[in-house]
Amino acid sequence: MSSPSGDARHLPAQRGGVWEVVIGMEVHVQPRTRSKMFCGCAIGELGDAPNTHVCEVCLGLPGVLPVPNKAAVEACLKTALALGCEIPRHTKFDRKNYMYPDLPKGYQISQYDLPMSINGHLDVGGRKVRIRRVHLEEDTGKLIHAGDKLHKAWESYVDLNRAGVPLMEIVSEPDLRSADEARDYAIELRTLLRTIGASEAEMEKGQMRAEPNISIRREGSSELGVKTELKNINSFRALHRAILFEVERQKQLLEAGDTVVQETRGWSEAEQRTFSQRSKEFAEDYRYFPEPDIPPLELDRAWIEDLRRGLPELPAVRRARLVADHSLPHRDVAVIGADRELADLFDGAVAAGAPAKQVANWIVAEVAPSGKLPSAQNLAELVKLVSDGSITRDQAREVLVESVETGRTPAEIAAEHGHKQVSDESELRVLAEAVIDANPKAAADFRGGKKQAMQALMADLRKRAPQANPKVANELLLKLLG
Amino acid sequence: MTDDLTQLTIKEASRLLRLGSISAADLVTAHVQRIERLDQHVKAFLRFTPEVWEKQADEADRRLRQGDAPPLCGIPLAVKDVLCVRGVETTAGSQILKGFRPPYTATAVARLFEAGAVMLGVTNCDEFAMGSSTENSGYFPTRNPWDLERVPGGSSGGSAAAVAAGEAMIALGSDTGGSIRQPAALCGVVGMKPTYGRVSRYGLIAFASSLDQIGPFARSVDDAAITLSLMSGLDPLDATSSDRAGMEVLNNFGAGVKGMRLGVPREYYDVKGIEPGVKSAIDAALAVLRTQGAEVVEVSLPHTDYGLAAYYIIAPAECSSNLARFDGVRYGMSEVDAPNITEQYLETRRKGFGSEVRRRVMLGTYALSSGYYDAYYLKAQKVRTLIKRDFDEAFKQCDAIVSATSPTVAFPIGSKTQNPLSMYLCDVLTLGGNLAGLPGISVPCGTSHGLPVGLQVLGPQWGENVVLRVARSYEEASGVKTQVADVV
Ligand SMILES: [Zn+2]
Repeated sequence: MSSPSGDARHLPAQRGGVWEVVIGMEVHVQPRTRSKMFCGCAIGELGDAPNTHVCEVCLGLPGVLPVPNKAAVEACLKTALALGCEIPRHTKFDRKNYMYPDLPKGYQISQYDLPMSINGHLDVGGRKVRIRRVHLEEDTGKLIHAGDKLHKAWESYVDLNRAGVPLMEIVSEPDLRSADEARDYAIELRTLLRTIGASEAEMEKGQMRAEPNISIRREGSSELGVKTELKNINSFRALHRAILFEVERQKQLLEAGDTVVQETRGWSEAEQRTFSQRSKEFAEDYRYFPEPDIPPLELDRAWIEDLRRGLPELPAVRRARLVADHSLPHRDVAVIGADRELADLFDGAVAAGAPAKQVANWIVAEVAPSGKLPSAQNLAELVKLVSDGSITRDQAREVLVESVETGRTPAEIAAEHGHKQVSDESELRVLAEAVIDANPKAAADFRGGKKQAMQALMADLRKRAPQANPKVANELLLKLLG
Repeated sequence: MTDDLTQLTIKEASRLLRLGSISAADLVTAHVQRIERLDQHVKAFLRFTPEVWEKQADEADRRLRQGDAPPLCGIPLAVKDVLCVRGVETTAGSQILKGFRPPYTATAVARLFEAGAVMLGVTNCDEFAMGSSTENSGYFPTRNPWDLERVPGGSSGGSAAAVAAGEAMIALGSDTGGSIRQPAALCGVVGMKPTYGRVSRYGLIAFASSLDQIGPFARSVDDAAITLSLMSGLDPLDATSSDRAGMEVLNNFGAGVKGMRLGVPREYYDVKGIEPGVKSAIDAALAVLRTQGAEVVEVSLPHTDYGLAAYYIIAPAECSSNLARFDGVRYGMSEVDAPNITEQYLETRRKGFGSEVRRRVMLGTYALSSGYYDAYYLKAQKVRTLIKRDFDEAFKQCDAIVSATSPTVAFPIGSKTQNPLSMYLCDVLTLGGNLAGLPGISVPCGTSHGLPVGLQVLGPQWGENVVLRVARSYEEASGVKTQVADVV
């Protein structure tokens, strides 16, 4: 997966050799829960009317108390287990103190020195990226300013629908070495989260936010350069571009003899560049201390083992199996292995007796792009109808669409439409002759050596007779024109 | 006749109500009339809730007529201003919350409402429960019903004074370092702080979350016990609440002290600044308990000296975080005309908070700051562990611990306001119970110079029944009953 635009992995430097890029990722993921982290409020959708999913707890009214959401704890533990993390016996919540109008309590409940899990890893393109920790915290609200930023706005509005929404924070070690790797890491993480059902992890819906921290250093150096952290990234594409931009910016600074300032920078999608944000980190001392309103959690070993046993086949294992058991090509493995539903469809159709390679073909070429899934049984039937020559591929495409929409079986639909495949030579010969007569120019071109003229002839033939066996028809045309 | 109704205990009042000799409305009217006569002097209440008491008294009378009266049916209740009551202005004694009407009711209050109690009003307290005299109220100081020139103690001074003055039969307070027991002692009533986790804190405006507990004021140990049992027990809205049955606080509590070992910690008995009159009242109380068959033994709580310092780091640290939500953005006082958000925060909090609250927020912020955290907060937590261990060791040698509740009797208004440290020393005998999360009670044990003295009984974790047993035995044998002050 190398980028044609020139990946930043090996940037030529004027002196001192090659630059090496060092990236660590902080990814915030919203676990799949019905309610918020510490109260019973439903999780709203992006675009819901402001302050419609709030209660006294997430509004931070006086006297109310947080009660942890067990489903969020469970999703976090499953994620940690899927990432091969260690789960300590005890964990606790802490308060991160700072005042901001989107933070109703004046502190965020997060985890500081005893996170839910530590020391995991995620394999990305054959490389092991170490995971430092996965912990649980709550989201803040959202501010909308009339005017510029908060300090310059003449009016600011606070929407607390997001306040108290659970978030898992997944922190990697600085093991990523390029924008490509960082993007692939984020995609792989999403695949994993979806596979285990911990989160939908839709970046566009704000269910997953990636914050890379980036520095560069001379290749061979073991010291880390000064890093910047990027925010406001809401797609994999933006992640990739923001890192490329930032690496280039740092490179130019350093090569001009300047220094990189440690800061948080935002990504502007409109301008396709990063910009310095007013950095809270420097002024702020978060005064972490243990959250006294929530007793430390004891993570019962039997529960952890139950969760571990309940994990489905993980994407890496699945990919290996697709290659080992079915010798699928890399392209098909990449698509099918990245989506639990597609993988389950594949396994189901193969189990129903359809040939694996063709099932994979249909899934990659037809099912995945449409995003609409037939039942495994129906897909298997469809593949068999094509492979035993009962219907043509063109017919099968129509049948598939109808089968997905109605849920009826491909055999039923094909019969109803009178679909069948005509392979009888005498029948097809008449058709082929008619096509040659109707397309004298194409026929002459072909005879004159333009082999691609055959495409026009075949297209006309298939238009006249969609049920024609393309292979037999093609042979006949060749014979007649030869 | 009506004044007599304000001298009753729950037991006595309930008998009259069930016999039909009086109605809940009569009982409420008697208290309201007494309030109208006396509270202008005592100033126990911040606000009254006729809209609540009228409905609740009607409901109580209906249930009495139907014969399904719950245990506290018709009993007049006063609620400290730190406990949220739906629709009732609740301000934690602070200007910053002026006008705030919570849309929810604290679990402890809701449970007493279910048990039939009738709420008369909201009582005064030190702002955000920070203080030992109720002089830090953002509204006005409350006066001790026994001597209007003296403080009622604090922070729950309004609740203690209301019960002592016959303005309410029971009251609720919160105790973070002694805020129920110390005013109970200074006003001559019974006040109890339960084991941490016994009573849900949901709806209690937090001062220091790991220390705060809600408890009752009453005119007898029995009344305190029944009230406590009714508000205890698991609450799904408070993750620190225990699933132990509330009724267990009553287990065996009438059994007397015969054969019990009562520990007197030498560090408490000879605490610095203890008044001779207080000491002799405690000696007399110990003698009474001995005659009832208790063995009195000396025990030691060697880390007592460090407790005060640890407390004044942990409590401010937690409060500095708990009070961050009062930012003028969503409710309460707001200086919206400030030029920017930082100024809005500063102006709102400068105007809204009193000086003691600001002092503690600053102390706590400092103690949690990076570079100081280990030296202050972390060290204080270690001391807290040592203090718990002290109590564990002591309870190996005794069933309960007895001491004075306060080293002094009620002091003159204004006498300690210029010296915060002297005020902090008021809690020296009580805050250990909060640091260790233990149950404790203060019962009246005579007077010194005509002012009430309180006997404190502390028990092991979940040992409320032990504490109540000792207190009840003393109350019965000594003949010292809670008196209602004449006031004027
Ligand atoms: Zn909520």
